[in-house]
Amino acid sequence: MPIASQISMVPVVIDDDKCIAEKGCRTCIDVCPLDVLWINEETGKAHMKYDECWYCMPCETDCPTDAVTVNIPYLLR
Amino acid sequence: MTLPDDITVKDVDILVIGGGTAGPMAAVAAKEKSPNASVMLLEKANVKRSGAISMGMDGLNNAVVPGHSTPEDYVKEITIANDGVLLQKGVMTYAENSFKMIQKLDAWGVYFQKDETGEYDMKKVHHLGTYVLPMPEGHNIKKILYRRLRRHRVTVENRYQAIRLLKDDEGNACGCISLNTRTAEIVVIRAKSVVMCTGAAGRIGLPASGYLYGTYENPSNCGDGHSMAYQAGAELTGLECYQINPLLKDYNGPACAYVTGPLGGYTANSKGDRFIECDYWSGQMMMEFYNELQGGNGPVFLKLDHLAEETIQEIEHVLHTNERPSRGRFHDGRGVDYRTKMVEMHISEIGFCAGHSASGVWTNEKGETTIPGLYGAGDMASIPHSYMLGAFVFGEICGTNAAEFAEGRDFAELDVAYITAERDRILAPMKRTDGIPPSQFEYKVRRLVNDYLQPPKVTKKMDIGLQRLIAMEDDIQHLYARDAHELLRANEAQHIFDCAQMAAVASMYRQESRWGLYHHYVDHPETNNEDWFCHVQLYKNESGEMVCKKRAIDPYVVELDDSEKNAYAQMRVQQAD
Ligand SMILES: Cc1cc2nc3c(=O)[nH]c(=O)nc-3n(C[C@H](O)[C@H](O)[C@H](O)COP(=O)(O)OP(=O)(O)OC[C@H]3O[C@@H](n4cnc5c(N)ncnc54)[C@H](O)[C@@H]3O)c2cc1C
Ligand code: SF4
Ligand code: SF4
Repeated sequence: MPIASQISMVPVVIDDDKCIAEKGCRTCIDVCPLDVLWINEETGKAHMKYDECWYCMPCETDCPTDAVTVNIPYLLR
Repeated sequence: MTLPDDITVKDVDILVIGGGTAGPMAAVAAKEKSPNASVMLLEKANVKRSGAISMGMDGLNNAVVPGHSTPEDYVKEITIANDGVLLQKGVMTYAENSFKMIQKLDAWGVYFQKDETGEYDMKKVHHLGTYVLPMPEGHNIKKILYRRLRRHRVTVENRYQAIRLLKDDEGNACGCISLNTRTAEIVVIRAKSVVMCTGAAGRIGLPASGYLYGTYENPSNCGDGHSMAYQAGAELTGLECYQINPLLKDYNGPACAYVTGPLGGYTANSKGDRFIECDYWSGQMMMEFYNELQGGNGPVFLKLDHLAEETIQEIEHVLHTNERPSRGRFHDGRGVDYRTKMVEMHISEIGFCAGHSASGVWTNEKGETTIPGLYGAGDMASIPHSYMLGAFVFGEICGTNAAEFAEGRDFAELDVAYITAERDRILAPMKRTDGIPPSQFEYKVRRLVNDYLQPPKVTKKMDIGLQRLIAMEDDIQHLYARDAHELLRANEAQHIFDCAQMAAVASMYRQESRWGLYHHYVDHPETNNEDWFCHVQLYKNESGEMVCKKRAIDPYVVELDDSEKNAYAQMRVQQAD
């Protein structure tokens, strides 16, 4: 059963300049109830890896450096 | 026979599954009851921010506070709202413990709104009595629960999805098989009693937006607990009494008539007219909502544009900072301002939920399921309309009773053959190199639910829906996951699949209409108390088939007058001629 990948615009945006994941911070990744935030292997910063978001906002609220912005998913806007 | 090396076993006296609302309370209560027992709280997400109250809560929807109402009043109200089909003893147990729980939470530092005299500032939203207690500073509730877990030294295990319950030779619950959702490791938890607090089944239907995760419920509550209980042989009840809620169109969060109602807001039709007497969520109210939506007077709106500036600011403060704080952003994106525009509403996808409706795993007034040693609290259980405070009250009851059950028991012998077979089944999607992605499988199940199982319910439609679902059974062997996260989704999708079939089977079994829109059965449009004044229990029989049976309603503890019984039937605003 062959598969294809589709791209998707994700609702959560992380400001790489503000994110301090390289210092060991994992707060947003820890709190997300859907486990969709992961470390981006290329940049070492947090990013939204899966488009499966409840726009609930713990990631944004708990980030110590205000690096996270939760937008409403495109289909709902 | 011993377990293979790749399966880890952990032993705890009491296992609590699901660390949202009821779960932390159950774990703390178990420790309070048996301080020397080991208690584990297993959570699919992270207890710091998991479940329905991940960001806080706007208020208590069902507080029974002396001076405002009595437990008897409350039991009557819920009996009427639930068309008489309920375990009154269970609702009474909730009502009698409601105020004590508020005081406990208050002592822990949860802030409830008080009036000038220092009394709880109760609001009337229900049809008959006064039960709503606002908590505008409700966002710290998860922090407070977490502190209690630490203080009582509950072992917290985050990012584990419980997938199957374990039973011993005598049929007692004795633990679960779980999956580490980050490493795809299988971990068996052996326990002397188990409390399930896995929340609603909120990912069965597809939101009108088409976004899989744009559900009313926290999407981590996808029906894992319902499926697990079913597969273990427990009875579920009232599944045909769906949860369907009036929500903000597309945003799919509560419009919050409970917050705005006491301040003068209301649900209106496209002409701006009020059409329902009472905004308290019930099947009867939803029926009127649905009729207005479909009947040419829709869309339906939340009307606030007549309110004073300071009232609107108060509403914005609560609704845009607490329970669903992205709501303000949603409105901004569409240029909606409460001052000038009514806010469009719609109805939610279907789900199973005892918190808002009456559907879930059967539990009695002690929180016991039909499996000895297995308890259930909150949205996944079956004490109707229990909301957040009910989750806390029954969490406490279940934790205490589970601790008592565990006393003096030994750990059961593990069934190695079963566990190994389950490991292979659970991990199978990751062993394949291609196949059906969980998201596609899930989308298809949920689309079938919307097409065929949503009310108005029609036998022919439900029949087709069920057959189409059964045909999807063959697809399970092709599910494909590229990593541990997708494996989590693949396992969730299979639970959603079970729940979808349960919705069809239970709905077709009850051949009458009841609970307004929730079980609006077109082929059987009348309520038939002669044949159907009973619970419908769904379970897996000896041959592995999904079947239903009737369960008689236990004698009432509070009798109703005939004049009271129909109070919720008169929901529509009467027009003066
Ligand atoms: C948007 C919204 C607004 C609400 N507003 C109000 C209100 O204002 N007032 C009120 O009284 N009530 C309100 N409610 C209802 C109330 O929040 C719920 O009834 C209550 O919180 C349910 O508690 P629970 O413990 O059953 O479920 P939850 O708190 O949702 O917890 C379930 C937990 O189980 C975990 N879980 C699920 N499956 C598994 C698994 N397989 N393994 C491990 N863990 C698992 C989940 O991750 C989650 O943490 C609202 C609900 C929602 C969704
Ligand atoms: S919480 Fe903020 S700083 Fe920490 S990893 Fe996430 S984005 Fe980076
Ligand atoms: S908004 Fe919620 S679901 Fe979305 S990434 Fe943040 S914490 Fe996760």
